[in-house]
Amino acid sequence: MNIPEHAAKALLEDAGISVPAGIVADSPQAAARAAARLGPVMVKAQIPAGSRGKSGGVQPASTPAEAHAVARSLLGSRISRHRVTGVLVEERVPVAQELYAAVLNHPAGPARRVVLSERGGVDIEETARTDPGSIRTLDIDPRTGLRPDAARQLVARTGVDTAAPAVADALVRMDRLHRDSDAQLLEINPLAITDAGDVVALDCKLVIDGAATARRPSLAAVAAPEPLTELERAARELGLQFVELDGDVGVLANGAGLTMTTMDVIVHLGGRPANFLEIGGDAYLKARPALELVLAQRGLRSLVVNFCGAFARTDVMVDGLTGAWTELKPDVPAFFTIDGTGAEEARRMLVERLGLEPYPTMDQAITAALRADGRDAA
Amino acid sequence: MIVRGHERVLVQGITGRQATYWTARMQDCGTRVVAGVSPRKAGITHCGVPVFGSVREAAEHVRLDVSVLFVPPQSVKPAALDAVAAGVPKLVILTEHVPVRDTMHVIAAAREAGTEVVGPNTAGLVTPGESSVGFMPAFDPSIFRPGRVGVVSRSGSLGTLACLNIVRAGLGQSAFIGIGGDPVVGTRTRHALELLEQDRRTGGVVLIGEIGGDMEEDAAGYMADMSKPVVAFVAGRASPPDRRMGHAGAIFQGDRGSYSSKRQALEGAGAVVLDTPSSIGPALLAMEKSDGIR
Repeated sequence: MNIPEHAAKALLEDAGISVPAGIVADSPQAAARAAARLGPVMVKAQIPAGSRGKSGGVQPASTPAEAHAVARSLLGSRISRHRVTGVLVEERVPVAQELYAAVLNHPAGPARRVVLSERGGVDIEETARTDPGSIRTLDIDPRTGLRPDAARQLVARTGVDTAAPAVADALVRMDRLHRDSDAQLLEINPLAITDAGDVVALDCKLVIDGAATARRPSLAAVAAPEPLTELERAARELGLQFVELDGDVGVLANGAGLTMTTMDVIVHLGGRPANFLEIGGDAYLKARPALELVLAQRGLRSLVVNFCGAFARTDVMVDGLTGAWTELKPDVPAFFTIDGTGAEEARRMLVERLGLEPYPTMDQAITAALRADGRDAA
Repeated sequence: MIVRGHERVLVQGITGRQATYWTARMQDCGTRVVAGVSPRKAGITHCGVPVFGSVREAAEHVRLDVSVLFVPPQSVKPAALDAVAAGVPKLVILTEHVPVRDTMHVIAAAREAGTEVVGPNTAGLVTPGESSVGFMPAFDPSIFRPGRVGVVSRSGSLGTLACLNIVRAGLGQSAFIGIGGDPVVGTRTRHALELLEQDRRTGGVVLIGEIGGDMEEDAAGYMADMSKPVVAFVAGRASPPDRRMGHAGAIFQGDRGSYSSKRQALEGAGAVVLDTPSSIGPALLAMEKSDGIR
């Protein structure tokens, strides 16, 4: 769950971290009015793409007329997968030094990790290549959080001098915000030290743990909408994991690992998968809507159904699937593999109800599916 | 961790529908389920074992070696901390969609208490012929049978397929260790490899990874020092970047966590990396040191 920059900055302000004065605009006219109030500004596309700056999504404007022009070029445009529906018009701040600061979940610890570098304003990946020594990290106990003395010691390892107490204070506040918002990542890049010696967050990337959505309704309400297709959105509402791809072999499998693998083997054998759709976990009870989703894709030439039951019982999945199949009567040829929990019963149902024999291996089913649409998998 | 037949297992959330089904399956495999926990149904007998109101209460009556959690995501933290406080040495967390913050809290508390954690979002652990803790189809002899191949998998469904292919090759498993599909887990792939390297019953390893995170790269750093051969499959070669593929942990950006990064690391460490899981059996039989896995 990505929180747009303007909403993340509101959270920073609430947490006691300074941000530049800014106004969100959804039209060139509104951007011009904002610039008239703020003076020379930056106009920033509100999209959750890391490469925003490099793609021209952030541009300076010295006058309201310039802000109008920049906003007009940005609004409605697409940057990577995201359509720009709003811009943040923000006052320009005279900067003396740019730092990089982040709090993130560090799986290898596991721990909450605080990251600080004097090289702000560039990607941390780039800094990791060019000047890894400038990146300082501190792993903290997720139960207690960053203590002020530990923050001061971390800042002392950098070249920051007079602003050090303010930077340490910002880090403690960032850690608290990360914890209280169930964040995966809170990144401020750059964290600027102004000519006046103040510490200001010029940009902010805040990513919330999707598993915490239910207990963070106020964050879910401001999260950036994911750029989903119509079918992907319908799947989301049904609680199904669905990703539309550009191939023509439909995929229905249980479990994330097995579903990805089904796609991998389709590609390995010379085909192109049409989608990722898994009905593992609790979703194994949703075989029917899942089948409807797969079949709703245009241009499908065959369907691979790959079940290997562990928690997900194949008998329950095939029961749902064959019921839906009999009603929908799709004309797409389907190729099944069924193993694991409930497989014996599931195979019997498939033969009895649809007259289809499952293939002994996934590779054989996929090979047959690729032949069925007129291509030779060998 | 590796489960053993003598270990006494507690089922937290035992009265739920799924827990009831899987407790019976675990018992079919010979697992020594000795008690259950269900705060609202304490005092009853369920699946043939006594049900207590908390792990602490259960621990006063029976010795516990392993606790397996069949509880909803929001209850995982208190349930796991209850088990840690009661001194249970091993925790298996099956639940998916546990907030990472809760997971990290549990793991930190568990470390302090000397409790091992597997999961969250794992399908569990199996030692064929001895014990099954979780929801792997260990009762199915076409998928699990005693042998000398250790299996480590982030995915339950794909781990099941790997085990099926091992049995089809005429081999069996020494242990199955489900890592879990979450980005933060208690037992990482590297640690599972360490356990299998030390395990005298294991002669070789099948490693099932997937895109996202750095567990495979991290494991490769240890693999170079292993005496036992490793056959690996990494799921997600055909997956697009920036899209979460089912598991919360299965997402990559740029090269970080990508298929090529993982394959390169594993091959660099001497693993045989396969293009399809159907080759697992033949690849194991073709290994130079395959005597150790027969």
